[in-house]
Amino acid sequence: MSITYLEAIREAQAKALADDPRVFLYGQDIGSFGGAFKATKNLAKEFPGRVLDSTLSEDAIIGAAIGAAIEGMRPIVEMQYADFSTVGFNQIVNHAATLFWRTETPCPITIRLPSGGTNGSGPFHSQNMESLYAHYPGLVVMTPATVEDAYSMLLEAVAIDDPVIFCEHKYLYYHLKADGLPTEAEPVGKAKIARPGRDVTVVAYSAMVHEALEMARELATEGTEVEVVDLRSVKPLDTDTVLASVARTGRLLAVGESFPWGGVTAEVVARVASAGFGLLDAAPQRLNAKDTPVPFHPNLWGTHRPTARAIAIAVRELLRS
Amino acid sequence: MGIGFGMVQAMVTPATGAGSLKETYLGAYRWMLLARVSEEKYASLYRGGKIHGSVFLGKGQEALSVSIAVNLRKGDIFSPLIRDQAGRLAFGESLLDSTRAYLGSRLGAMRGRDGNIHRGRPRDGYFAMISHLGAMIPAVAGALLARRMKGMTGAVGATTIGEGGTSTGAFHEGVNLAAVEQLPLVIVIANNQYAYSTPASKQFACGDLVDKAAGYGIAGHSVDGTDLAACLETLRKAVGAARDGGGPQMVVASLLRLAGHGEHDDFRYVDPELRRTALGRDCLEAAEAALLEKRWATPKEIAAWRAEAARQVDETVAAVQREPLPNPDEEDWCALSSKRLVDGFTTE
Repeated sequence: MSITYLEAIREAQAKALADDPRVFLYGQDIGSFGGAFKATKNLAKEFPGRVLDSTLSEDAIIGAAIGAAIEGMRPIVEMQYADFSTVGFNQIVNHAATLFWRTETPCPITIRLPSGGTNGSGPFHSQNMESLYAHYPGLVVMTPATVEDAYSMLLEAVAIDDPVIFCEHKYLYYHLKADGLPTEAEPVGKAKIARPGRDVTVVAYSAMVHEALEMARELATEGTEVEVVDLRSVKPLDTDTVLASVARTGRLLAVGESFPWGGVTAEVVARVASAGFGLLDAAPQRLNAKDTPVPFHPNLWGTHRPTARAIAIAVRELLRS
Repeated sequence: MGIGFGMVQAMVTPATGAGSLKETYLGAYRWMLLARVSEEKYASLYRGGKIHGSVFLGKGQEALSVSIAVNLRKGDIFSPLIRDQAGRLAFGESLLDSTRAYLGSRLGAMRGRDGNIHRGRPRDGYFAMISHLGAMIPAVAGALLARRMKGMTGAVGATTIGEGGTSTGAFHEGVNLAAVEQLPLVIVIANNQYAYSTPASKQFACGDLVDKAAGYGIAGHSVDGTDLAACLETLRKAVGAARDGGGPQMVVASLLRLAGHGEHDDFRYVDPELRRTALGRDCLEAAEAALLEKRWATPKEIAAWRAEAARQVDETVAAVQREPLPNPDEEDWCALSSKRLVDGFTTE
């Protein structure tokens, strides 16, 4: 049996609904229509009354999920696109993220963000929001890169008593397949070595893990062994695994698909520079998308975001320094 | 730990006759008085430098606020806003909890992490507002939606906002969601004529705010917010209609804020003409006049009640002032309830 990243997300939601009566799904077009990407296909029929179509109101959707969580429910919210979560940003960062700290009331909501660029999606259907949400205290931010992680981390997100921003990458929805669903998983908060290597560490997450792996395969034919670290979650960020890798390789490149100012890659570089300066044989580097909105046309989009080719250039440069 | 539903909840039942009307009115008046006296004390502590942050008074809005709470029952949800001291106390918040929040006591519900009006005990149905106006409306709606999913019926949610807050997108999204889902939500709008310094004329362009109710397809009610009897009756109807399956109810009260936005604000921008109109009537004084006129109380009794409220407030403040303050060394500085998921690098 083969299962896609998107199907894994659907299956995780089905399992969460089946296992826990407190779970319900809430979002635009997710009911009988099954969602813009069909991540909730047939779930409204399988779980009557627990897969609710919302109004076109991101602020109210998140606000309502918070209220339901206060009542002891565990909502999974689908934002139609990660980009649109900015309309609900206030509820996420000022309400959900502060609730437990202010009032000792847990806020177990999972917010699914269909994230990242795909061909032809343009400035408002391509964004990566993980750096924004990771900036705020009180949120857990997951960025699964594999089918297995998409499944197991979504289930863990629902079980966590805090608000979780679940960044699922649209580019991986159909491209990425696995033989089956996992029965056990590494806990959230642990990064993993996606490919071992001794010459240079490339830290990535979400779709960038696959660009990094493609680059690593190419460089392997030239005799360079790249170690690829998949962060899995960006908050918490597993600094120890990154440092241990840099201790082996002496060189660091952090890759992210989001905009270049600040963010996850800057955080990785800053942590390694401050806690592992002595481990470095060269200045740590990072590679992000360009500092413009995400372009619509594939000719531009393919250059805007880091690709295997762009990462290879950055790694070769790093190995020369 | 939970909020105690005090004497008024027990004493004030929906008015069904002259006797109970008197009881309801008297009970509501006593909460208004306690709210006024406690806020005067907080204001004086603020001026004396004893309160950090600001103090926000509900002066002029006590009749409206208390009328919401006395029409709610145990198990209902109340999400108050900035000028709801009377409603908070009548809903069951103890004076101790209120005072601890203002003074930042480590023993209070907010433990010095948040203060003044940003307080509550959400799990007891007493929501803790965030400052962003309109944001609490969908939260209460979501709680009511959850109850419907759980098969719990009969409960009502009530939330308050000012005329300024009706200009936010969150207000629109929240009211519309509640309307579409036909939730038992009462939205009380205190049109107190000013949002900080911005007059109502710069806030909305419809003839009357209550006209907005029709646009959402929900029931609208208008009331003189300076008249306690009118407020009690309007809220009784609105809460009852929501409870009986009538869907969301919008209540618009006309009144005037008789204090600054906060105690740092001298509110010189308020049109002096407006203060001389019926809008500028002090609802507490009006309620006292009505008590005397109806012979439901004597001047001596009212004076005794005020003295009793002052004694209660003074004792509570004195007790809280002896309580421990927040201690940074004893804070866990952790915003997550799942401690294992704390990002250790940034907190160590």
